[in-house]
This record gives sequence, C-alpha cells and structure tokens, in this order.
Amino acid sequence: MIKTEVIVGKLRLKNPVLVASGTFGYGDELIGTIDINKLGGIVTKSLTLKPKVGNPPPRVAETPCGMLNSIGLANIGVDKFINEKLPLLRNFDTAIIVNIAAKRIEDYCEIIKRLEDTEGVSAYEINISCPNVKEGGLEFGTNIEMTAKIVNATRKLTSKTLIIKLTPNVTRISEFAKVCKEEGADAVSLINTVVGMAIDIKTRKPKISTITGGLSGPAIKPIALAKVFEVFQNVDIPIIGIGGITTWEDAIEFMIAGAKAIQVGTANFIDPNTPINIISGIIRYCEENKIEDINDIVGSIIVETFPH
Amino acid sequence: MIIKTISTILSNEPVGENIYRIELLSPEISTASKPGQFINIKVSENLDPLLRRPFSVYNVIDDRIQIIFNVVGKATKILSSKKVGEKIDIIGPLGNGFNLNDDFDTALIVAGGLGIAPFPFLTKILKEKNKNIISLVGARTKSQLVLDGFVNVNTATDDGSYGHKGTVVELFKLKVMNNDIVKTPSAFKVFACGPIPMLKAIIELCDKLNLNCEVSVEAPMACGTGLCQGCAVKTRDGKYKLACKDGPIFNSKDILL
Ligand SMILES: Cc1cc2nc3c(=O)[nH]c(=O)nc-3n(C[C@H](O)[C@H](O)[C@H](O)COP(=O)(O)OP(=O)(O)OC[C@H]3O[C@@H](n4cnc5c(N)ncnc54)[C@H](O)[C@@H]3O)c2cc1C
Ligand SMILES: Cc1cc2nc3c(=O)[nH]c(=O)nc-3n(C[C@H](O)[C@H](O)[C@H](O)COP(=O)(O)O)c2cc1C
Repeated sequence: MIKTEVIVGKLRLKNPVLVASGTFGYGDELIGTIDINKLGGIVTKSLTLKPKVGNPPPRVAETPCGMLNSIGLANIGVDKFINEKLPLLRNFDTAIIVNIAAKRIEDYCEIIKRLEDTEGVSAYEINISCPNVKEGGLEFGTNIEMTAKIVNATRKLTSKTLIIKLTPNVTRISEFAKVCKEEGADAVSLINTVVGMAIDIKTRKPKISTITGGLSGPAIKPIALAKVFEVFQNVDIPIIGIGGITTWEDAIEFMIAGAKAIQVGTANFIDPNTPINIISGIIRYCEENKIEDINDIVGSIIVETFPH
Repeated sequence: MIIKTISTILSNEPVGENIYRIELLSPEISTASKPGQFINIKVSENLDPLLRRPFSVYNVIDDRIQIIFNVVGKATKILSSKKVGEKIDIIGPLGNGFNLNDDFDTALIVAGGLGIAPFPFLTKILKEKNKNIISLVGARTKSQLVLDGFVNVNTATDDGSYGHKGTVVELFKLKVMNNDIVKTPSAFKVFACGPIPMLKAIIELCDKLNLNCEVSVEAPMACGTGLCQGCAVKTRDGKYKLACKDGPIFNSKDILL
C-alpha cells in the first residue's frame, strides 16, 4: 500500500490531487459523472460577497495548447453557496477548499466570517490573482503590501488552513510567497492564469471581450513549474502546484519541483475524469519506483547548479 | 445524464462544398438525444487542438448519431479527414434541446448556412408528432445547400443559383407576411439556427409579429457542461445564461443577441 496522504497546513489530504478553482463548478455539477470521493479535494469556483454575473461574451478562446478566459468571476455569491451547495458537498469524503475573491479587504473578511459560522469547509484559498476583474484580483496579487494586508487580516479570522493563490504576473513570485508565510498563511497555491491575448485577424477584434484574459492549459506548464521551483528554493512553505497539469507525469513533475499537492484545471474541461486518472497514475509510478510514501517525491529534484 | 464514450466512425463523406457528414456508432448517446442537443468531440489525442468541439446532433438513426460540419479551422479539418473505423472520444447529449410541448400546429424552420445542423432530427420528431412543417433554408450558393432530411422546403441563395435570390431572412419575411400567419400567429412556432446576424433579424420579426420562436445559439465554449461558465449569452434582463446548459436552444423572448 502506497501512502498517498499529504499534509498542507492543518489540512490532511487523502491524496495530493485537487481540482482547481473555476474548472469544477461548486463540485456538485459532476455528482454522478465522476467519483468525487476519490479526489484529494475540491477547490470551489471563486466566491464573492454578492453574486456576480461575470463579463460579457466572448469569454473564452482557444490558443495553441491552451485557452484564454475572461469569465469575470461569475458566481452565485457566498450566501447561496452556504445554503445550496455546501450541504451537498458535506456528504463527500473529500476536502472542501473554498476559494474566495473580493475587491476590498473588508469583503474578504466578511466572506470568511460567514463561512466560519458553517460546517463543511476544510480550508480557504484566497484568490488575489484573478486577471479578469477591474478592481481587486491582480491589483492585490501584484502588490506586496496589499498581499501582506490581506493575509494578515484573513489570518486573524480563522484557524483553518489558509492558502494564498498567487499570480505568475510578477517578477519574483518568491517575494510574495515569503510575505504570505510571514503573515501566517499555511500554504501558497500557484499559479493562477497568465495574462494573454489573441486577435481575430479577419475582424481585427480581440478574441475575448476584455481584450486580455487569463491563459491556462498545457501552454503555461513550464512557466508554472519554474514558479513552483522558485518558491520551493526560497521559502519554507507548503506549495500547491497548478498550471497545465493534464497527465500523471505532469503531476509528478510538479511534485519533484517542490509541490506537496497539485490542482487540475483546464484539463477537467476536456475530461472531468482527468484528476482520477492522475491519482492512479501517481500510485502506479510509486509502485514501479518502489516509493512507499508519496511525500518522498516532493522536492526530490536533483540540480547541480542553482539559478539565482 | 452526460455520457462519455469512445465511438466508432461509420461514415465520413462530403455532402456539399467544404461540408462533411459523419456517422458515429453510439447506442447510449443516440437513445438519450433530443433534437437541438449537441455532442462535444475530442478530435485528436494531441494537445492542439486542446478542447473538445461542439456539434449539433444532425440526426439519429437507430443506434447511430450523425453530425454535419463546415471545415473552418484546425479541429474541423482533422475531423474531415477521419477514416471509417477510426474511434473518437465524444460526450453527450449536451444542452437542453427544442421545446416541443408548446401548442402549435405548424413549425416554421429557418436555417442559414450550417444552421441546417439540428433540423433533420427535429423534422423527424415533428413528423412523428403530426405537425405541419414549412422549411426555409438559405446558403451562399447552391453547392452549399444540403437539403436531406428537410420537408416542404423553400430555398434562398445569395447568388440566386438555387431558389430565391437573397437571404433566408428575406424568404422568412415573405412567408410570415402571408395572411394565415398574421391572423393566427399562435398556430405557428418558429425554429431558427444560423449566424448571429440572421438570428437577430429573425428574432426582431418574431417580436413584431408576436410569433413564438426558439433559436439555437452558438457561443465559444470550453467544456460544454457548465463548468467553465465560458459560453455566456446575454438575457433581456441584463444577466447571462450558458449556451451549453441553459441552451443552446433559447426562446427568442429570453435573450439579447
Ligand atoms: C452548441 C454548438 C453547436 C454547434 N454545431 C455545429 C454544427 O452542427 N456544425 C458545424 O459546422 N459547426 C457547429 N458549431 C460550431 C463548431 O463548434 C465550430 O465550427 C468548431 O468548433 C470550429 O473548430 P475549428 O478548430 O475547426 O475552428 P477554430 O480553429 O476554432 O476556428 C477557426 C476559425 O473559424 C471561426 N469559427 C469558429 N466557429 C465558427 C463557426 N461556428 N462558424 C464560422 N466560423 C467559425 C473562428 O472564429 C476562427 O476564425 C457549433 C457550435 C456550438 C457552440
Ligand atoms: C475558465 C476558468 C475559470 C477560472 N476561474 C477561477 C476562479 O474563479 N478563481 C481562481 O482562483 N482561479 C480560476 N481559474 C484559474 C485556475 O484555477 C488555474 O489556476 C489556472 O487555470 C491554471 O491551471 P490550468 O492550466 O490547469 O487550468 C480559472 C481558470 C479557467 C480556465
């Protein structure tokens, strides 16, 4: 029996494979389609204090080996989530990580307060890295002081595991991870999408309504891997790796680079069974390589010279 | 229930200029499908093209499902060169399908270009329900008209090579200004599919004449199952619905194209 449990902050995950925010709905859409109990955990769509209708169409466009999106955090709002979705999710034997987004620090705090009064939330993932909303989002995630303030304020409100989701659209992501650790975050997840763009040459119009959007999918995997490794080398904080993970080989690669757990995003759109296939692939890899504990892979990268 | 299967290609043939029809063996999806629904196809195992591509259910014949498509880009090019016997990964049936429970005697089908796609299947079911059918089909030119599966057809071509010279919207205008329809609009229901400007014009006319109308809307989508929230269609109350789950069939009174 391979030991697949990993610990992120206070959170025990039965295996390191999670589904990424915004790519799995609120977790209930796929009940009956895939075996949710097999997942290490579900990260919900970003929730805001009030429901959001999202950005005008077109919101998605395919690009080579990836896609651009500008959903604009369309979501049902935290209250409806608590009343309608959480009661369903509680029945599953998997971690429920609630992702939250806001345009003011007070709103992040208010959302957490409302969720603290309920049961069934395993951890929080704080989104300070959405490229598709005017206020908040990236403005927070690319500003060290704001990042520090948000972590500090939200940390005070909960003893649950607090994960900060970081953007790759900065020069040194490890500086941000360091601040997260200093302000008491339990873990960081990275990366959110990379700002990108595509133009229809026939109409000369951008392919998505907000002109730029967030690039995801296999196209960003090398970027994500480099960011994970940068944080792993420089900051002692658990890392959840995200970005283009489509196969179990991708997942192992992220773990070798230093990720304790991983999230599957865009690949769910092609096949919602991808995370389950990845879990069995990781277990097979461990068996074949005589690895008894998945944690032995984490950060097992072999490098001769270190980058600066 | 969404079904994911690996399906065998039974035929793949050109049926018009740059237009192909593929027949797939899929007992589960064909039994479950309703007219107006679609399937989402992974055309290759490669990472490019990455996402599945949506195609209307063109027809269902026993345990087989047909799609028809225009070659417009990477994925449709790959599909057009698929060989009989090859297997492809499909999910479906997706979306809501046409609402056939309304009270109407005559269906007015309006198709522009590849907007023909959902109608042979719809026609089949309407015939089973003993409805009258009038079909209006438009294309750029004769070689792009695919009329199999339609009944009582009037055609329009931009270049006048077959039927009315002009658009299918003009043809529709001529038809609906006919007295029967103006006098008893409630006996009719319009079903339209085609490019957005065409749908806009049809919706405007239906509003004016108080005609019950459903349109099939194409929006760029990533997952086809509601997970990504990508395929937003604006509603008349300023919100959004999803083409993949709330649609692709919408009542013309609900949306703002
Ligand atoms: C619910 C739904 C049902 C659909 N049913 C059908 C169907 O039955 N038959 C069919 O042929 N198509 C249908 N489509 C459209 C079809 O999905 C696209 O044509 C296909 O995804 C194009 O893939 P591609 O990789 O070949 O082109 P891409 O590389 O994605 O696009 C190539 C070029 O074609 C343009 N393009 C994309 N879609 C269309 C389009 N629909 N019409 C014209 N140009 C387009 C793009 O803007 C781009 O410039 C449907 C779409 C939806 C949302
Ligand atoms: C359509 C779509 C919607 C997303 N919505 C959110 C969101 O609401 N909150 C969030 O933190 N990240 C969101 N993301 C980012 C993903 O969670 C993930 O960080 C990113 O897509 C990179 O992973 P991937 O390449 O595996 O998709 C979204 C991504 C996509 C493609």
